[in-house]
Amino acid sequence: MKIGVCLKQVPATDTRIRVNPTNTGILTDDVKWEINPYDEYALEEAIRLKQAGKGTEVVIFTLGDVASEARIRDGLARGADRAVRLDDPAFAGSDALGKARILAAALQQEGIGLVLAGRQSVDTDTGAVPAMIAELLGWRQASWVDKLVIEGETFTAHRAAGGGTREVVTGQLPAVITCDKGLNEPRYATLPGIMAAKKKPIVVKNAAALGIDAGSVGAAAALVVEEAMSLPPARPAGRILQGDAATVAAELVRLLREEAKVI
Amino acid sequence: MPTNILVFCETEGGQLRKSAFELLGKATQLAAATGGKVSAVVFGDADAASLGAWGASTVYVASGPAFGTYVAGAWVKALQAAIASSGANVVLGSASGVTREAFPRLSARIGAGLSVECTDLRAEGGAIVGRRPVYAGKALVDVKIKSAVGLYTVRPNSFTIGAAPGGSASVVALDAGITDADLDVKVVETLKPATQAVDLTEADRIVSGGRSLKSKESFDAIVRPLAKAAHATPGASRAAVDAGYAPHGDQVGQTGKVVNPSLYIALGISGAIQHLAGMRTSRVIVAINKDAEAPIFQYATYGIVGDLFEIAPALEKELTKALA
Ligand SMILES: Cc1cc2nc3c(=O)[nH]c(=O)nc-3n(C[C@H](O)[C@H](O)[C@H](O)COP(=O)(O)OP(=O)(O)OC[C@H]3O[C@@H](n4cnc5c(N)ncnc54)[C@H](O)[C@@H]3O)c2cc1C
Repeated sequence: MKIGVCLKQVPATDTRIRVNPTNTGILTDDVKWEINPYDEYALEEAIRLKQAGKGTEVVIFTLGDVASEARIRDGLARGADRAVRLDDPAFAGSDALGKARILAAALQQEGIGLVLAGRQSVDTDTGAVPAMIAELLGWRQASWVDKLVIEGETFTAHRAAGGGTREVVTGQLPAVITCDKGLNEPRYATLPGIMAAKKKPIVVKNAAALGIDAGSVGAAAALVVEEAMSLPPARPAGRILQGDAATVAAELVRLLREEAKVI
Repeated sequence: MPTNILVFCETEGGQLRKSAFELLGKATQLAAATGGKVSAVVFGDADAASLGAWGASTVYVASGPAFGTYVAGAWVKALQAAIASSGANVVLGSASGVTREAFPRLSARIGAGLSVECTDLRAEGGAIVGRRPVYAGKALVDVKIKSAVGLYTVRPNSFTIGAAPGGSASVVALDAGITDADLDVKVVETLKPATQAVDLTEADRIVSGGRSLKSKESFDAIVRPLAKAAHATPGASRAAVDAGYAPHGDQVGQTGKVVNPSLYIALGISGAIQHLAGMRTSRVIVAINKDAEAPIFQYATYGIVGDLFEIAPALEKELTKALA
């Protein structure tokens, strides 16, 4: 079974976000890019499954421009075998459904039997693309998974069900699994890994190569339109309470009750 | 065009979740602004008829073995049937473990645009505008949906719940034509959380502890009792989780849970950008930190500069008194 890993580059989590002058996105000039943290769990799990004999090959799928190849190389250095980068001017401005169409076509073309992805990417924070891929391919799915067992044609996964409850779910492969923190401890690339990654192939595919209608993806096909981006309103200046522990504790409780009215 | 809104009302243990009333309140406002009607869909056994008092004119109920615990295939199919029956052009659900799978699937199945984790919804010139945080809340984006049906999930605690306006609903059994093929992913076991506290994402009060607690023992001795006294859910910074003081599920932040309580008390947490991203929308933030320069103070409504090992017990005493 070939294992596909959806991997995306995102601004490092300590990036101070600034909105561009047209309010259509963020300023990226001094952004440091990283592999989306949740995708690291997906990649790690894929490598471990292959090492445990549950997979034959680990293939990275990235929808992104040439700049994302640095992150793809990092993934290859950690242990993935090869990568498919999806890039076409027609892809620009795709919404989640458009992105899912592109990725689903590529995953299908490569004969992938198990897709691992991060539970969400920490830029758009949508977390919808993997479930959409599952739907488009007619596959099973489990999301926000922190334990995964593959046995023959079946997966068993522990997923966050909400309300602090976790559910153990099972289903048949092929499947799309989204990975949460706690699933594993991602490895870093080693020097031999980095050297080996230089020779691993990254194939670039466009809409024609994927056999998808360019009109079904990109800005024109997007059903969700982002109108304007803004920064959250600044919080009003707070108040520092003075005095010994007993005094500040009593004063805080009074303020929470009488001024803020939250208790 | 009138906005006909269908609200997916989730239940837990046979009871409607609080989010159902939150969403129906908002749906009623939005529908009134555009001259539309509100309906609801409920799975399993719950007091469906009571939703009439919260503004639903029709409640669609799917019941049977597929509607006890969540099964993606069956639930998506039933939601699709409810959308068709209600003629809704807007569907609202709470951002939850169910909707994070079911709504994207629905979106791809019926070609409906989806906006997840909205923190605000407003009617503007007959259209709905959703506002949602991106980059873990470091920015906000206003979103419009172009398709005939628009799907939205809303982060819990985004809207206040007012009094029920009153009214009654007709309850309609939903026949989604579920077959064995729709029981695609089965829940074989449910693992309940060790504590009875409300989940962080839905909690109205949270008390979080950081690395400064120094050990699991002192985390348990300081943070948990204070949370209990405040009737709050305990949370933690990533540093505290990675050090083993609290489980993964308790992590607040960009790579943990994004929370939206009315009160967030941070004990010995520096306020790293990734932590702030997870809790900055809290209505009131209290920071207790011995370093007056800690970034958390820039976000705090009330700050106490001092040793948490002295302040937390004093605060626990005061809160126990006040909330007895
Ligand atoms: C990819 C990535 C993702 C991340 N995601 C998250 C996330 O989701 N959530 C998260 O929280 N972090 C996250 N982090 C980590 C984040 O950068 C910080 O390291 C972390 O939040 C720090 O936790 P802390 O505040 O408990 O510890 P510290 O930053 O070490 O702060 C401890 C604070 O306690 C104070 N203190 C010490 N002793 C006392 C005392 N006796 N009384 C009072 N105050 C005291 C100190 O003054 C200090 O301010 C992430 C980092 C990365 C790289």
